[in-house]
Amino acid sequence: MRPATGKRTRRRLTDRPEFWGFLFICPWLFGFLFLTAGPMLASLYLSFQRYDLASSKFVGFENYRRLFTEDPLFWKSLKNTLFYAIVTVPLGIAGSLGIALLLNQPMKGQRLFRTCFYLPSLVPAVAASLIWQWIFNSDNGILNSGLHLIGLPGPQWLQDERFTPWAFVLMSLWGVGGARMVIFLAGLQGISESYYEAAKLDGAGTWVCFRRVTLPLLSPVMFFNLVLGVIGSFQVFTNAYVMTGGGPNNSSLFYALYLFRNAFLYLKLGKASAMAWVLFAILLVLTFVQFRTSKRWVHYEGGDK
Amino acid sequence: MTRTDLWTGRFSRSFVYALLIGGAILFTVPFIWTFATALKSSEEFASNPGQLIPRHPVWSNFPKAWTELPFSRFMLNTVLITATTTVASVVSGSLVAYGFSRFQFRARNPLFYMLLATMMLPGQVTQIPVFLIWRQLHAIDTYYPLIAPAFFGGGAFNIFLIRQFFLSIPKEFDEAAMIDGASYFAVWWRVLLPLSGPVLASVALFSFLGQWDNFEGPLIYLNSPEKYTVSIGLRMFQDSFGTNFEQVMAASMIHLLPTVVLFFFAQRYFLRGINLSGLGGR
Repeated sequence: MRPATGKRTRRRLTDRPEFWGFLFICPWLFGFLFLTAGPMLASLYLSFQRYDLASSKFVGFENYRRLFTEDPLFWKSLKNTLFYAIVTVPLGIAGSLGIALLLNQPMKGQRLFRTCFYLPSLVPAVAASLIWQWIFNSDNGILNSGLHLIGLPGPQWLQDERFTPWAFVLMSLWGVGGARMVIFLAGLQGISESYYEAAKLDGAGTWVCFRRVTLPLLSPVMFFNLVLGVIGSFQVFTNAYVMTGGGPNNSSLFYALYLFRNAFLYLKLGKASAMAWVLFAILLVLTFVQFRTSKRWVHYEGGDK
Repeated sequence: MTRTDLWTGRFSRSFVYALLIGGAILFTVPFIWTFATALKSSEEFASNPGQLIPRHPVWSNFPKAWTELPFSRFMLNTVLITATTTVASVVSGSLVAYGFSRFQFRARNPLFYMLLATMMLPGQVTQIPVFLIWRQLHAIDTYYPLIAPAFFGGGAFNIFLIRQFFLSIPKEFDEAAMIDGASYFAVWWRVLLPLSGPVLASVALFSFLGQWDNFEGPLIYLNSPEKYTVSIGLRMFQDSFGTNFEQVMAASMIHLLPTVVLFFFAQRYFLRGINLSGLGGR
């Protein structure tokens, strides 16, 4: 009798769709548990340790206390990163929206323009950093040649700490602008012509159409670009690692770069974990604030999504 | 009112074109500058580094850069890693998406929200323990840490994209196949996958680009130069030949050319991927 019941329950299990659904998501679930959730908890635990691969010691909030009170480089890297985020995210969104608006018309060469703006976002980060290192070259780089041409003095982009933050801003606008532009363009092309016709009947002009039709209907795309843009700008790493290594005078020491150094150069794994959680907390707060305020300005068509 | 009319009130058409042409030039100049520099001989670069158009263009920097460091090896390694992760992401991602889109089971929705939430998680929060796990498994200086994530669904965004696409395929197709005796695996393999070409192509493209571009992963996990990928090989090249920009630019072009060529062959899948995410036109 026993084997029979065993067989029946086994068959019943594989007959149930729930079993199969669960089975199919197992690859992700496994990865989630062992490469995301578990490591997250471990990282939190590590942030309360002093750990250098050889020995570990529980130190409570010491790593956090030191970061906040004894580590000027922590504050410097945070400040650099905040500046980078505050400048690149709004500028990038405004710029790419502007280009998308210009491109969103029946015109000759639209595909060519779109390709020109999009291609830079495909350049791998290391190659892009090397290219820009050469563009920013103060003696022979093309940027300063261009500036000389219009009578402006060319700064030492990557050697003068007053200019390095702006060098990274310029490079980022080139690197991600096109990708955002394509997303905006897709959003613009999804806006039905009938909205503009209705607005026209009500006597709306260009500006009113933009302000009252285009912007509200584009706001979900804008919101997406904003949230991911902020998260991305806080993690800028490769550009700084390759182009300046964080210098001069730590003016391009971004948060992710300093964290990487602590983790994999100085092997201060506890301190680096604490830095990771501070970053996570900052991003959580920023994302939360964006979601809360989004109710005021993000408009979901028909409220169906 | 058409979109064209929208602008003619304020801007003239030629003004719009002037803006776009100016912008396009700014965005394209770095490519031209890279290419032009790579075409200069060492002598010409030394005597006239800043000149945009080389007077006597030569191709010799490309073979020079290619052989000064073992770029054939780096390229082979990178192709191996990217091909594996791309295929694995498509297969595992579509399996997971099948589970999330076609089945009801306990905790499905909470798990799906969790999946979406991981998109916003900064990698640094898991990076160190994940490194310690691979170290414990003696997998440092192997490709396992780089390719493993692709076997676990290949990232939340990919799974999300495929799920959205599966949801748009009528469930009647599955049911018809199951009446004919197809198993769940067969439904996934013979019904859903053949209908999902566009989204799978987009996912494959994004996985490919992500891995081709990957720098921090190989930097953390790979130690032996013979295992290097192009991205850290290129960084090594910079260390050795940093001021010979004519060669560094040639080496950079070796890294970026595959992605640009791919774009021209698969342009529509790049753009379709954006539309599929629900951000574009519905």
